[in-house]
Amino acid sequence: MVTKKGIYTKRNDGRKMDEVRSMTAKVGIVPSADGSASFETGKTKAIAVVRGPRTLHPQHMQNAQTGILRVNYGMMPFSVEDRIRPGPNRRSEEISKVTEWALSSVVDLSGFPNTVVDVFIQIPQADAGTRVAGINAAAMALAHAGIPMKQMVSAIGVGKIDKTLVVDLDKYEDSEFHDAEGSTDIPMVFTSRTKDMALLQLDGKISISEFKEVVGMAKKACEDILKVQMDALKNVGGEDNE
Amino acid sequence: MVNEKRQIVVPGETIVSGNEYLPGDGAYRDGEDVVAGQYGVLNITEKHVRVIPVSGAYYPRRGNTIIGTIVDITFNGWLIDFGGAQNAFLPVAEVPRYINRNEMREFLDFGEAVVVKVWDVKSRGVDLSMKMRGFGKIEGGMIISVSPNKVPRIIGKEGSMVKIIKDATGCSITVGQNGKVWISGNDADKELATKKIIEFIVAHATIAGLTEKVEKFIGDLGMKVDKVEIVEENTDGGEE
Repeated sequence: MVTKKGIYTKRNDGRKMDEVRSMTAKVGIVPSADGSASFETGKTKAIAVVRGPRTLHPQHMQNAQTGILRVNYGMMPFSVEDRIRPGPNRRSEEISKVTEWALSSVVDLSGFPNTVVDVFIQIPQADAGTRVAGINAAAMALAHAGIPMKQMVSAIGVGKIDKTLVVDLDKYEDSEFHDAEGSTDIPMVFTSRTKDMALLQLDGKISISEFKEVVGMAKKACEDILKVQMDALKNVGGEDNE
Repeated sequence: MVNEKRQIVVPGETIVSGNEYLPGDGAYRDGEDVVAGQYGVLNITEKHVRVIPVSGAYYPRRGNTIIGTIVDITFNGWLIDFGGAQNAFLPVAEVPRYINRNEMREFLDFGEAVVVKVWDVKSRGVDLSMKMRGFGKIEGGMIISVSPNKVPRIIGKEGSMVKIIKDATGCSITVGQNGKVWISGNDADKELATKKIIEFIVAHATIAGLTEKVEKFIGDLGMKVDKVEIVEENTDGGEE
């Protein structure tokens, strides 16, 4: 994978360049909700809770043709070393919105006009890659809530540190590795069946040829993530699945 | 339904391949493949492929018995909240006796609970009826909420589980398909015991031999369990 020589030749935690952090996923963690799931990659933890479909208020937001999806992403105050002021901020609003768009491409709410499906994503512990972990958790929670979906989605971030492409950056690689200039981070979402791209964000710069390699790495990583999601959904431990 | 190995499918997963299969609820066709469009248990009868949801919110179906509360009164009926996506509508014409339009509150007032039947499910809403035996306004007792997916467990086969609890506690139990359970008995202690038993069933919904466990639990609560054979009798609980 490492074709170009750069200063980042060995990863801080000993992973291969195209290796995802170890993942765990769980479904049904909040019994009172309609659907819920947690997804962890390394030290990043995300939980997602789905409520609905339910009548949407205020009424002027209702769509008579289809239900709508509403995503709320937030980091918990203690999720990073410095306390995060709770409540919406520029970053969380942006992530809520892009998550909403990514998930909207697979859910089908046309059977529930005038309703809303609420997805709440919270990050109890952050170590970079929280938006992709949140999307992975949200996809499972939506499935668990019995929402009609054409397919699943899996999300992964690929980054570029100095001249090396790296899958699933952790916080050190994302913001604490200061020997190279600011790292590039590209979160991506792929659908499980058609392998379409449902979200692409780019923070930094990258060449076209490298970008093609990035997409390939991300697709490969998403296969692993999808497997973890499927396993979690299939083995709901008998708790919430009778 | 209890012990056989059930296959769970995830959205986007190919269930079967072949044009002879017919996708039903929760499934769709993609070229040759029949694909799951919903998370749930796979059910293939003949060539008809369905996915039956096992978790999530309650979706009303025609014929369901549900328990809800009055949230609005219009000129020709009542709006009822049953915990679903939309509110349900109970027209004045669908209650068992003649109601004067000006005195609708006297029959059913805001906040009062009712046992009703789902008459029709349309994309725009749910129509209800109260015209048959066993339906009507709820007076006395208590209503508890459980997960709608656990309701078949509480009812049991042919209402056997409900019958066991009824015989042991002497309380009347009405199970709404939307996960609301109305318990009504002569004294509060009996009602609370009934509530405990139902919560026990919900907590242990997936274990094998649930009936025996419940009978033992009832015994532990200090009540007598009649050894009932499964009787072909439809309880108020409605159908599975």
